[in-house]
Amino acid sequence: METPLIPPGVKRCPTWQFALWMAAVGAVLLWGVYAMILVWWKGLNQTNMNDAYGFALWIWADLAVIALGGGAFFTGFLTYIIGKDKLKGIINYAVIIGFICYSSALLILAIDIGQPLRGWFIFWHANVHSMLTEVAFCLSCYFGVLTIEFIPLILENPRLAAKPFLHHLSHNMHEIMAVFAATGVFLSFFHQGSLGGVAGVLFGRPFAYREGIFIWPWTFFLFTWSAAACGPCFTILVTWITEKITGKKLVQQDVIGLLAKIAGWMLITYIIAKSIDTLYWALVTAPGMGFTLMDFYTDHPIYNIGILFAEIVLCGFLPALILITRRGRENGFLLILSVLLAVLGCSINRWVMVLQVMAVPVFSFESWFLYSPSWQEVATTILPVAYGVILISLAHRYLPVFPQEKELNPAN
Amino acid sequence: MKESATHETARRYGMVIDLDKCTGCGACMVSCYAENNVPFKKDESNKLDSINWIRVVKMTNQKPYPDTQICYLPMPCMQCDGVGKHGHSPCVSVCPAVATDYDFTTGIVSQIYTRCFGCRYCMAACPYHARKFNWWDPVWPADMEKYLSPNVSPRMRGVVEKCSFCFHRYQLARDKAYQEERAELEENEYQPACVEACPVKAMTFGDLNNPAHAVYELKNHKHAFRLLERLETNPKVYYISSKEWVRRNGDNYLPDEAPGRLKSKAKARH
Repeated sequence: METPLIPPGVKRCPTWQFALWMAAVGAVLLWGVYAMILVWWKGLNQTNMNDAYGFALWIWADLAVIALGGGAFFTGFLTYIIGKDKLKGIINYAVIIGFICYSSALLILAIDIGQPLRGWFIFWHANVHSMLTEVAFCLSCYFGVLTIEFIPLILENPRLAAKPFLHHLSHNMHEIMAVFAATGVFLSFFHQGSLGGVAGVLFGRPFAYREGIFIWPWTFFLFTWSAAACGPCFTILVTWITEKITGKKLVQQDVIGLLAKIAGWMLITYIIAKSIDTLYWALVTAPGMGFTLMDFYTDHPIYNIGILFAEIVLCGFLPALILITRRGRENGFLLILSVLLAVLGCSINRWVMVLQVMAVPVFSFESWFLYSPSWQEVATTILPVAYGVILISLAHRYLPVFPQEKELNPAN
Repeated sequence: MKESATHETARRYGMVIDLDKCTGCGACMVSCYAENNVPFKKDESNKLDSINWIRVVKMTNQKPYPDTQICYLPMPCMQCDGVGKHGHSPCVSVCPAVATDYDFTTGIVSQIYTRCFGCRYCMAACPYHARKFNWWDPVWPADMEKYLSPNVSPRMRGVVEKCSFCFHRYQLARDKAYQEERAELEENEYQPACVEACPVKAMTFGDLNNPAHAVYELKNHKHAFRLLERLETNPKVYYISSKEWVRRNGDNYLPDEAPGRLKSKAKARH
């Protein structure tokens, strides 16, 4: 008898139901693929970007998915380096989410550049002074690490595991996973930071520019910090969504609680550091360039001072304070609300550090530069979401992603 | 950024534009289009995706008639020296593929079109909007292709381009000087197209380090200023205006600050 594809002891929906779900998500994916082909074929004139808005929706999406995919490196760090064994209940999923986020980031970058066939120039003609070079190297290397971390899980599919070589390969890869986790932490520290540096080094853009230490602007450290804080929040949020869709408890609450607690402390320390950075920038750096804080905000629905309040207070301090209190974490609604706010806060931070940088006029005789994405930009940004849903669906159906699933769902 | 930045630049080409003389006629722009094979769209009404290596910006003093004053501001690439004049200009330092470079022998910031892969990080870095992206394939009406300059390579879709101070003219002048066994160029041997085209001679070009060149003195004019000096981009394009509001528009000032009274680090290096 042939070994089943679905892991033993767990219940999965009927094939027709799964196929229908995949077809629906696949349709969205195809829409994105169509837009992607249009962009590659006809060029970036398919977007609403312009010479004032060279960085737009895609770069934001890149920065956001990389930050939110930070759950993989930080959870790996906690599990394999710090030794928080309890987190083994969620580490597989964190790795898959990270893999999706990083592969999506690479895909978006490939769409975003004007000459995709020359993408390799960033490695071949590397300018070591550019933050983007460091991002490209570390991001690609870390994607390799994530792939290595993902492979043993794929090999645990019952049909693959039935082959002795693959079974032993998987086992041996698990044994040395701490090495890859450590490598992932090292690489992530640099590329998350360099993504912060991308904006922070722009001394021609007073809204983005930050002072720092040696070659690193403060945004370098803040981006790494926020990814370590909000990445695990995104992992918790996606786990919760998966549980709601599958109708099953997949990860024990104490595992979620521990990750939420650590994320909460990371978030509160981050948001304090971010507040200090913002104050110094608003009171010292920007005035030194001739700008007051309010020069960077206008009466626009998005770029008013409310966006700063939303990022730091509503989506920063508030979720952090909920997550560091036991009562907050143990309340299901507050827990999910706070991780959602943290994810939004991180996304807002990446938005302002990309799009608002472009929007703010640098000359007193200029107006604000405003932009709304074309449908091709929106479709290609949704494309990775559809791809992620498909990969998660396949992984959940065919791989033992959640080691506690059987225990938590005994009726199966 | 590959060459050493430790020695003083031999030449530092720059421009001084007298805004009191500029009439905003746009001859500089037209000559630049023709000289540098700058492509244009069928419909040029949207200036945010137009390619121009020099553009003329209209500024007003924001006062109602009859006190309204207008100033036209020609803006080529500022050829920034960057912080400390080490070639650390905003765009050069960020380009991940060394597709834009600072030439330490002339101070000119180059753009290597065949190296650029279109990430547009340089555009995000440049506060002057001097860098333009080729959103479309360059297309010229059939007859116009015959008039393209053979000295400047046309650019392809998906790359960034910008003013080069007509660097090909510098190369031609250098070739001529070499043939004549001369090491130095005369001031008038190398002049960008826009400077030559200006009908009122509002633009002066030369080596900012050479006391024999007119720009050497002009840059020290009491009404000379550079755009966004406080950002320490260290541009090599200077402006002269007798009007205080024009000079104030060239940079950003807090309500209690005035251009003349400000002691910026950039000013000290100038």
